[in-house]
Amino acid sequence: MSGPILVFVEHASGEADRVSLETLAFARGLASSLGGVAVEALLIGPGAELGPSLGAHGVATAHVVEDAAIAGVYAPGAWGAALASLATARGAAAVLAPGSDRGAEVLAHAAARLGLPSAANVLSVIPGDPWRLTRQRWAGSLLEDATLDGPMRLLSVAPHAVPVDERPGSPAAAIAQFSPSVSAADLAVRVTGHEAPAAGSVSLSDAKVVVGGGRGVGSAAAFSELEELADLLGGAVGVSRVVTSNGWRPHTQQVGQTGQRIAPDLYIACGISGAIQHIVGCKAAKRILAINTDPESPIMSVADFAVIGDLHAVLPAISAEIRRRRGHGQ
Amino acid sequence: MNVLVCVKRVPQTGGRIVLTTDGQEIDTKFLGFTVSPHEECAVEEAVRIVEAGGGSSTVLTLGPGAAEDQLRDAMALGIDRAILLETDGSEWDPVSTAAAIAEAIRADEAARGAYDVVLFGNESADAGGFQVGIRVAVALGRPVVTGLKGLEIGEGRLTARREAPSGGWETYDLALPAVVGVKEGINLPRYPSVPGRLRAKKKEIERVPVGAASGGPAAAAGAALGPSMVVLRLPEEQRSEAEVIGRGADAAPAVVDLLEKIGVLGS
Ligand SMILES: Cc1cc2nc3c(=O)[nH]c(=O)nc-3n(C[C@H](O)[C@H](O)[C@H](O)COP(=O)(O)OP(=O)(O)OC[C@H]3O[C@@H](n4cnc5c(N)ncnc54)[C@H](O)[C@@H]3O)c2cc1C
Ligand SMILES: Nc1ncnc2c1ncn2[C@@H]1O[C@H](COP(=O)(O)O)[C@@H](O)[C@H]1O
Repeated sequence: MSGPILVFVEHASGEADRVSLETLAFARGLASSLGGVAVEALLIGPGAELGPSLGAHGVATAHVVEDAAIAGVYAPGAWGAALASLATARGAAAVLAPGSDRGAEVLAHAAARLGLPSAANVLSVIPGDPWRLTRQRWAGSLLEDATLDGPMRLLSVAPHAVPVDERPGSPAAAIAQFSPSVSAADLAVRVTGHEAPAAGSVSLSDAKVVVGGGRGVGSAAAFSELEELADLLGGAVGVSRVVTSNGWRPHTQQVGQTGQRIAPDLYIACGISGAIQHIVGCKAAKRILAINTDPESPIMSVADFAVIGDLHAVLPAISAEIRRRRGHGQ
Repeated sequence: MNVLVCVKRVPQTGGRIVLTTDGQEIDTKFLGFTVSPHEECAVEEAVRIVEAGGGSSTVLTLGPGAAEDQLRDAMALGIDRAILLETDGSEWDPVSTAAAIAEAIRADEAARGAYDVVLFGNESADAGGFQVGIRVAVALGRPVVTGLKGLEIGEGRLTARREAPSGGWETYDLALPAVVGVKEGINLPRYPSVPGRLRAKKKEIERVPVGAASGGPAAAAGAALGPSMVVLRLPEEQRSEAEVIGRGADAAPAVVDLLEKIGVLGS
């Protein structure tokens, strides 16, 4: 029987994040195709009391690092070193991390320290000799079938590769304290300050409606038409790369391969052509409505609904119609 | 201040990606080449650091001979010097790439002095391995932080800023020499000037053969490699043609009906 699958679990305010729970579900599937090996978790930092509840996500043992020097604030090298040393101590068959910013960073640190290859944003694995896997390239607009070799397999799991698999009534995970020895150099890089997000703003990742603007909006000033509609719907404004490159809007609003991934109930894409690097950021939207002058634009084969026309005419008309209906008390 | 920036040549894909029939690569018959947007910003940041504090900037790539174009693009923006680790054009995995880059940095530093800052993109546009910069930093024993959207150079230190997972921003403070991975948004890259392009055309590029000629990627790493690409494929398309619900301003009532139907109209 081979060693356990070790999963780095990100958590905040006493809750594991969603992509980490998906990664545990992925590990559960992988464990059974490896003949039923155990799934173990590494939890670093305050809030580690959530450990036992990970039993419902298939975790047999949660290793908890509480030493404030390591766990007090995020320290990528130290956390990667902790993951590497636990993986070695446990003789892990595989080490998994969520495909988030921190997950990818911690995994790369662990892999570099172990001198082993690692694969990012994996969608599925068939164990064997070697392992065969499918992973995302170009932020998911292209897939790669690859092999992964080595005495221990390291990979990050792409967000939404598998759904969360919570089974209430499962036995609680056992808790094991873990005190890694981490060098001063590893601890030297750590978070030294925080700035809170701007109060009252609807974040792109949480918005139910995102009104997206591209080159077709034409100017920074014309974004007021998008903002008006977003405000009426309690949503947020998102933009294409052309818009941030022109300096019309801040990069924090960019949707796509090098921007944010969004998953609203509705994405209204205005004056956006639908380049694949943009679409990978919004394809998780439940529905897409395109507003575009060009009925042949590639966005038409991605959107569910379309209005053909000049967004400068269409958007104000939609906002006026919403006001008119609300004015009539619905 | 001496800075190095590492970039990777990638195809400039358009609305959709087309693969060669054997699925081994993107069909680039009708495509130009570029570098990842993160790397464009890393180049701009390198130029700004030297503009502000003096010193010299160098751009490095590992890739085919044609990757010279991407080095000249960087020099047109103000990078002083370029190094091409020349391969036969085959795909290199992240372990081999990082080993070759770390070795090249060591050799270059031995000859010309240390780099205070080595800049990488957060991830390459095509492979998206999220690891080459970190592997190089660990090999060189230097502090590293990735995902940066802000960078300030101080006396023997740098301060870095990036988006925090729960919203807002977090900062890091690193002793130099250091390695950083930057994200698009850290700056707005300038456009190349005509004199800049002309100057870049005339500059020499230092070519160092790597790979088959010098023993192959495996020899560079001397350890487990991968992941090793077997074949590329396009994801299945799920959506079909959009339903046109109207034209121009007259479409407004139909749009608002739709908002109501999907439950996002609110009140
Ligand atoms: C590695 C890489 C990463 C990238 N990452 C991203 C990313 O994260 N996000 C991103 O968005 N892009 C990204 N890009 C860029 C991407 O390839 C496209 O260049 C970009 O998305 C195009 O933006 P756009 O749709 O606004 O502009 P265009 O492609 O120019 O489209 C403009 C559209 O507006 C329409 N239009 C014009 N006027 C009007 C009007 N008055 N009313 C209605 N419609 C009108 C036109 O018909 C057209 O369809 C990336 C590129 C690369 C190479
Ligand atoms: N072949 C290469 N030549 C130079 N730099 C590279 C190469 N591959 C990757 N890099 C750098 O490493 C970063 C991360 O790449 P990756 O690990 O592939 O996501 C990129 O943004 C580049 O800055």
